[in-house]
Amino acid sequence: MPINYYIFLSIALFCIGIVGVLTRRNAIIIFMCIELMLNAVNLMLVAFSKMHHLKNVAVNATAGSEGQVLVFFIMVVAAAEVSVGLAIIVMMYRNIHSVDVNFLNRLRH
Amino acid sequence: MVYLIPLVPLLGFLINGLGRRLLSKTAVSVVGCGVIFIAFAISCWVFTEVRSGNTIIADYFTFIHVDKLRIRFTFQIDALSTLFLLIITGVGFLIHVYSTGYMHQEKKEHYARYFSYMNLFVFSMLLLVMGGNFLVMFIGWEGVGLCSYLLIGYWFKNQEYNKAANKAFVMNRIGDLGFLIALFWLIGKTGTLDFAEVFSNTARLSSADATIITLLLFIGAAGKSAQIPLYTWLPDAMAGPTPVSALIHAATMVTAGIYMIARSNILYSMSELSMNVVAIIGLATAILAATIALKQNDIKKVLAYSTVSQLGFMFLALGVGAFSAGVFHVMTHAFFKALLFLAAGSVIHALGGEQDIRNMGGLGKKVKITAITFLIGCIAIAGIPPFSGFFSKDAILLSTYEHNKILYAVALLGALLTAFYMFRLYFLAFTGNFRGTEEQKQHIHESPGTMTIPLIILAILSIIGGFVGVPEVFMHGAERLMQFLSPVIPVTKGHSVSHATELMLMALSTTLILLTILFAWLQFRRAKIVEARGLGKVLENKWYVDELYEKVIVQSLHHFGAFLKNSIERPVIDGLVNGVGRAVNYGGRQMRLLQSGQVANYILLMVISMLLIFVLQFFIR
Repeated sequence: MPINYYIFLSIALFCIGIVGVLTRRNAIIIFMCIELMLNAVNLMLVAFSKMHHLKNVAVNATAGSEGQVLVFFIMVVAAAEVSVGLAIIVMMYRNIHSVDVNFLNRLRH
Repeated sequence: MVYLIPLVPLLGFLINGLGRRLLSKTAVSVVGCGVIFIAFAISCWVFTEVRSGNTIIADYFTFIHVDKLRIRFTFQIDALSTLFLLIITGVGFLIHVYSTGYMHQEKKEHYARYFSYMNLFVFSMLLLVMGGNFLVMFIGWEGVGLCSYLLIGYWFKNQEYNKAANKAFVMNRIGDLGFLIALFWLIGKTGTLDFAEVFSNTARLSSADATIITLLLFIGAAGKSAQIPLYTWLPDAMAGPTPVSALIHAATMVTAGIYMIARSNILYSMSELSMNVVAIIGLATAILAATIALKQNDIKKVLAYSTVSQLGFMFLALGVGAFSAGVFHVMTHAFFKALLFLAAGSVIHALGGEQDIRNMGGLGKKVKITAITFLIGCIAIAGIPPFSGFFSKDAILLSTYEHNKILYAVALLGALLTAFYMFRLYFLAFTGNFRGTEEQKQHIHESPGTMTIPLIILAILSIIGGFVGVPEVFMHGAERLMQFLSPVIPVTKGHSVSHATELMLMALSTTLILLTILFAWLQFRRAKIVEARGLGKVLENKWYVDELYEKVIVQSLHHFGAFLKNSIERPVIDGLVNGVGRAVNYGGRQMRLLQSGQVANYILLMVISMLLIFVLQFFIR
């Protein structure tokens, strides 16, 4: 399968993520959109590393494996981030009984 | 060993300056006079060393070392500097002794301050004449300027005196600038400031360079030695105590310019133009100051203008190439002018601070020693044989006659004016009837021994001081001073005039001077004080030169300053600075509105910015 398809899919996912972050007010949905963007990038990484591997396998049997490994790191960090982010959202709900980010404008002062 | 000569007065300065609250007046006097006496004793020893014509060069350390330029801190002791050393320490010592009597009413710490300044002055002056290169000379040159400022403003509570001190300092700075530029020019052209190297490698200088350097040096000399157009500070400098006027503004500091030109006589000999400028400025100053002195009523002002006038004569001598005659006049002038100033101080002391000769008269009977010594000083400065002034002035007049007859006639006129104003001063102050108040009359007393003994010694020196330079015509193998100075100032030629002419010129000047004195006696023996009118009023107001400077230079500088303040400083510079502040302030206030607290807005901005960066990356580059 040509690499173009992966790129288009990845860009589409990323743009959906951005639009979601910009337009939605629900904190959980914003959070999901961020994850979407993150995984769009992961997809791109995996696709490129596979392409790299196929091209150089004759010379180097382990070519492109760094990209695959990096994706695992990103997933681990993302998992940690999710736990922190969800904890913040839970605390937010406990305090203002809402997950609407537009109520969170106290930073202004 | 020679380093002790300036070092000892410096120590005196430190002791008196730092211990001014601890030391008693007696201790201060002993230290203050003692260090000068030690310096004098060492100078005498040095004199015997260099008498046969050798030069001591003492090299101490590298003062400035930049790239190829290396300026050492050296002293050069030869005939010329030894002569000045003897004058400075010898006359300086007498004036210090005199000061102990004159200043005895001062408070303890001010008394010590006075002596510390005096010692610092002697130190700087010694540095000036001992320096083995132009830089060391310049250090001393600035040092004496500083001490002059400090001592003119010694009574600093009087605002007028402070102004006089500032005036002296500023006018000296104008001259110093010329001196400094000359030094840079010399470094640029020859790469050294050392006297021996500069004077032995004059071939490196083109004649245009020599002219420029010597003219710039002369500007420095004109500032320090009070020549046209920078002379107006010297009469105002009389604000200081009288012994200060005697030491700094008559005997030593103001002759620094003559020393400097005599020292660089080789450079001056290279430029006809500079020599003529020096001669003409000197003569013009001599005449101008003498005419002003005719009508002054302050005893010290008369002497001050007389000093300016005599300095003019010395520059005339330098300008006509008679360097040693100029130096000779420096020496005799140091004796009789110090004497005159100290005697005037004694008169002021006797009258309790009175300086106006219109309120004096008939003092000859009351203060005998002062009167007699003052008369000796007058005779010496007027130039009557065999007093010292006669020989030095005659040497100058003779050299001028050889150089140019017109200059000679004008110089002779100056000599006559000198005799006239000095004897006017003498007759008004010491003969006739007392014109002051009754209270002053009761108070008149002769000064104490500490003051009269220096007067007597200086009077003796004024009488015999001229014999070191007796002209050839009177005695075979004479002109000892010129021979003594010959290692520094080459004796160029014998006199071109015959002995008969020389004798005739002497007789002419002496007769005319005696007639002038007779005329002064007829006019002032019974003093009538009349309001000056016409030309007399112009002279009394010093040709309105101060007013002219005020109008032309000071006022225009003030206007220029006001223009800069109102048109440049406020709208442009202040506008710029305040404008930057206002712009930042306004920008901050506008940027604050972006801080809405809405997370979505922030993200939107972030995304837009990123897109912008992408666009720039792809389409602009």
